[in-house]
Amino acid sequence: MNPRVIDLTRGEVVLDGRRILRGVDLVVEAGETVALLGPNGSGKTTLVRAIVGLHKLSGGSLFLFGVPAGRFRDWWRIGYVPQRVTAASGVPATVREVVRSGRLPRMRRFHRAGPAAEAALARALDAVGLAERARDSVADLSGGQQQRVLIARALAGEPDLLVLDEPLAGVDLDRQESFAEILGAMAAAGTTVLLVAHELGPLEPLVDRAVTLSAGRVAAVGLPPPASGHHAHPDHDHVHPHADRAQVPPILAPPPWAGPP
Amino acid sequence: MTVLSYDFMQRALVAALLVGLAAPAVGTFLVQRRLALMGDGIGHVALTGVALGFLLGVAPLITAMFAAVAGAVAIELIRARGRTGGDVALALLFYGGIAGGVLLIGLSSGGTSGTLLSYLFGSLTSVSPGDLTVIAVLAGAVLVLLAGFGREMFAVCHDEEYARASGLPVRALTLMLAATAALTVTVAMRVVGLLLVSALMVVPVATAQQLTRSFRTTLLASLGLGVAVSVAGVLVAFQADVAPGASIVVLALGGFAVAVGMGALLRRRRSGDASGLEEDPALAAEREP
Repeated sequence: MNPRVIDLTRGEVVLDGRRILRGVDLVVEAGETVALLGPNGSGKTTLVRAIVGLHKLSGGSLFLFGVPAGRFRDWWRIGYVPQRVTAASGVPATVREVVRSGRLPRMRRFHRAGPAAEAALARALDAVGLAERARDSVADLSGGQQQRVLIARALAGEPDLLVLDEPLAGVDLDRQESFAEILGAMAAAGTTVLLVAHELGPLEPLVDRAVTLSAGRVAAVGLPPPASGHHAHPDHDHVHPHADRAQVPPILAPPPWAGPP
Repeated sequence: MTVLSYDFMQRALVAALLVGLAAPAVGTFLVQRRLALMGDGIGHVALTGVALGFLLGVAPLITAMFAAVAGAVAIELIRARGRTGGDVALALLFYGGIAGGVLLIGLSSGGTSGTLLSYLFGSLTSVSPGDLTVIAVLAGAVLVLLAGFGREMFAVCHDEEYARASGLPVRALTLMLAATAALTVTVAMRVVGLLLVSALMVVPVATAQQLTRSFRTTLLASLGLGVAVSVAGVLVAFQADVAPGASIVVLALGGFAVAVGMGALLRRRRSGDASGLEEDPALAAEREP
């Protein structure tokens, strides 16, 4: 049995003639919650898109659930939440209709959704707090609510691995807290999570390991940095909101933009 | 009813019914995918197919079908490559389609500018019994394909990248949608004409979504609207002796204007603002024919 959910070795991706990923190693084991950090343009999004099959690797090897990515067929095991401004398209669709499309990889073609699918749908809508808006058009929702629709869509397939690209972008602080709860519940239930973030914010206590990218390479691996920017200044009196994380062990290496220690 | 005593009108009405179902059904997915103009492109290319039929002495409906499918697949492949300049490539395809059609029809002995017009804007008398059979088979195929793969089509047209990450056969599904759009253009060509076929794909959908919140209702409402304006448009064309494509599309646009007004009223009422009465005269004016 291979507990490695993602096993990427020396992964390279070239887009429009530019090398975006330059030999990235990334291993995510079953049940882990791993954050991908790094500045804009460091290759975080390209990396997760390569993992979910949206970019071809031009070099290196990728195994998903122990299967070479080229032969991987169980895509229902991966729930992907893309970075999007909107969950709407050219024709109105209800929250329920969009979330239901996330169940599709699990459903047999030409078969109706069974009770298991309906239950998973209800749980996904509940988890993101949108059960009461299930019949509303996604276009009528706020940006943060639309983001939650996309998360529910990924949850509807009951994936073993959840891949989220900047799930907190454009989501206000209150909602970030409630999103952290959703994610915490998923992780507690055994779901493996890989998420791209600019700043971890309220997600920080959930993260087992942070991988920091810089210019298409892994710059640092370790526990999540407790703070970045001016918070990292030696004179800054850091009052951490999570008491249980007060004894944060030092990270293995600081991110390159964190400044001198 | 005297209208129904004419054989050609019976055929035209049955064709209108089929076109009224098939065009908005495909159109809903095209609009969802933000490819509302795809039908126009296919229609342009199909014109070359029609002319080729005249030149070779083959039924124009059949040659148009092959040209439309080839054009639709080309459009989809160009679009999928997503390079800058893709839209220019599409434009070239459109111009080539129209110019090629006019050129070839000029070279053929059977075709005149009159026959060309009947293909561009539709013609009541032109649906032969053989045409009707082809139209019925193609419209049936379009509706069966869309019903069978509706869920997958929804996912692909809603969010293509997500669909790909879900492991759906996105390339096959988009090519299938392009092919069904091409078949629909062929089906609709005799009734609404190649230049207006796209209107029947898009306008009922645009009308329905003024008042709907779900994809399902939008799709069903646009089917109802499509059938209503197609059948009514054919009857109007008979009475007024005009090209049916024009009457169908004008009716559809009238319906759109009414729906926009109703949608605005509905939203105002929903948002609890009661000061919406000043809009009424404009609305009433839009409803008058």
